[in-house]
Amino acid sequence: MDLNIIQIILILIVAFLAGIEGILDQWHFHQPIIACTLIGLVTGELIPCLILAGTLQLIALGWSNIGAAVAPDAALASIASAIILVLSGQGEAGVSSAIALAVPLAVAGLLLTILVRTIATGIVHIMDRYAAQGNIRAIEIWQWVAICLQGLRIAIPAGLIIAVGAGPVRTLLEAMPQWLTDGLAIGGGMVVAVGYAMVINMMASKEVWPFFVIGFVLATVSEITLVGLGLIGISLALVYLALSKQGGSGGGGNANIGDPVGDLIDNY
Amino acid sequence: MAEQVRLSKKDRISIWWRTTFLQGSWNYERMQNGGWVYALIPAIKKLYKTKEERAAALQRHLEFFNTHPYVASPIIGVTLALEEERASGAPVDDAAIQGVKVGMMGPLAGVGDPVFWFTAKPILAALAASLALGGNIVGPILYFVVWNIVRMATMWYTQEFGYRTGNKITEDLSGGLLQDITKGASILGMFILGALVNRWVSMTFTPTVSSVKLSEGAYIDWENLPAGPEGIKQAFEQYEAGLAISETQVTTLQDNLDMLIPGLAPLLLTLFCMWLLKKNVSPIIIIFGLFIAGVVFHVLGIM
Repeated sequence: MDLNIIQIILILIVAFLAGIEGILDQWHFHQPIIACTLIGLVTGELIPCLILAGTLQLIALGWSNIGAAVAPDAALASIASAIILVLSGQGEAGVSSAIALAVPLAVAGLLLTILVRTIATGIVHIMDRYAAQGNIRAIEIWQWVAICLQGLRIAIPAGLIIAVGAGPVRTLLEAMPQWLTDGLAIGGGMVVAVGYAMVINMMASKEVWPFFVIGFVLATVSEITLVGLGLIGISLALVYLALSKQGGSGGGGNANIGDPVGDLIDNY
Repeated sequence: MAEQVRLSKKDRISIWWRTTFLQGSWNYERMQNGGWVYALIPAIKKLYKTKEERAAALQRHLEFFNTHPYVASPIIGVTLALEEERASGAPVDDAAIQGVKVGMMGPLAGVGDPVFWFTAKPILAALAASLALGGNIVGPILYFVVWNIVRMATMWYTQEFGYRTGNKITEDLSGGLLQDITKGASILGMFILGALVNRWVSMTFTPTVSSVKLSEGAYIDWENLPAGPEGIKQAFEQYEAGLAISETQVTTLQDNLDMLIPGLAPLLLTLFCMWLLKKNVSPIIIIFGLFIAGVVFHVLGIM
């Protein structure tokens, strides 16, 4: 089916919103249930797109960004497969072949979001420079540049699909090697350590290192949830504060008794 | 002490709205830091008037931050209260503010992920999807409206709750409560960081160290199970009794490492990154290096 210029512009706007939401995770324009439906609304192919929306949403139920892990990208999967469905002109009959494309599209979208998230690292360094100058306006602008990049991440592929048609997209996705996508996902799992290393460098002192070790070891007990770990951490902090006060008021002249290990380390 | 500056409700609403864009500049180095400072800008403008103070505040809030995007709101609330005190002359130092942020983000993500991502979203999405499958547009509308009302209400009320709680903490300055909180927060922060390094940095080494053929009776004998449901039942019973699933027991390098302590490799990697950072290696180079390492190790079959 052919799209007129207004429809193409509306599709690109929807794609842009979905791309933004793919990172923000607030309004949920990137969820298949919303994204496919909006594509259906602007192209007039509402019913097939609704069915695609429902089917894809059920597949994507568990796709969530947990911690720093990046989930398969629902935004590109929903937008691109909905556009391909509309372009195919097959109506409801085309839903299953659009679904088959959605999963490789989700992986392609994941690679794109990893790319943009890496570019954003450069952007926060620019923010650092403006922060040092106290330039609030510039920081706000760069925050929006980063947000718009995430929008373009989906809007550009959407425009390309409309421009070249569905066939070449299929070929391209099949050509993407498995080792590259898997390898980048493994790298993504390790990259998180950099952020933690920066915070630890900032917070660490001789006094608090033991608590890091306790937290690390307790985390190996998979039955303890993060909430549980939080409660243990709070309790440890309270106990430590209470004990260190007792040492201060009751210890009197015997200050050395308070922290024999610390003294040992200090003198070593 | 300088005159007490307070944030108005209008400021707090503006901050609440800006929190929507918390993840906008999500990056592999400091994650939500850009969005965090973006959200706090109305407070920074109100509380600090000189260029130097503003620069210090902006830099202070560009530090690492990452949590579930909705439960960042109570942390923002507490931070607002702390910043109010700081601007009024109270001795709230950078470590106290960063300690509160880091100490709260892990446990709160532990609340936000299961509540929103594992419970609310799947239930609502499944309901909406089943309506959409029948060609009913009520499905998507229902999802959009309910999700956003719940989200916006959660963010506003938890931000206000954090703000009020934060004010109570800072009221009692003479009792040394704030110093205790500073110390306590850094203890909690380090504890949580230890846990997060173990849980959220993921490394799995795949090479097979040994492949032992088990003796008869140590594994489930699939060939001789009765057919149908009875066979499945027996298989589960035998599995419960400790029988292996296949007749060869494969031990990977990861299994061996886990016998020392799970998470050893992430810990070493984190310490290595800390060392590199102290040597002034740019975080961007470390990040690219880790991606390349991921691909290379995977192609070599190590990870």
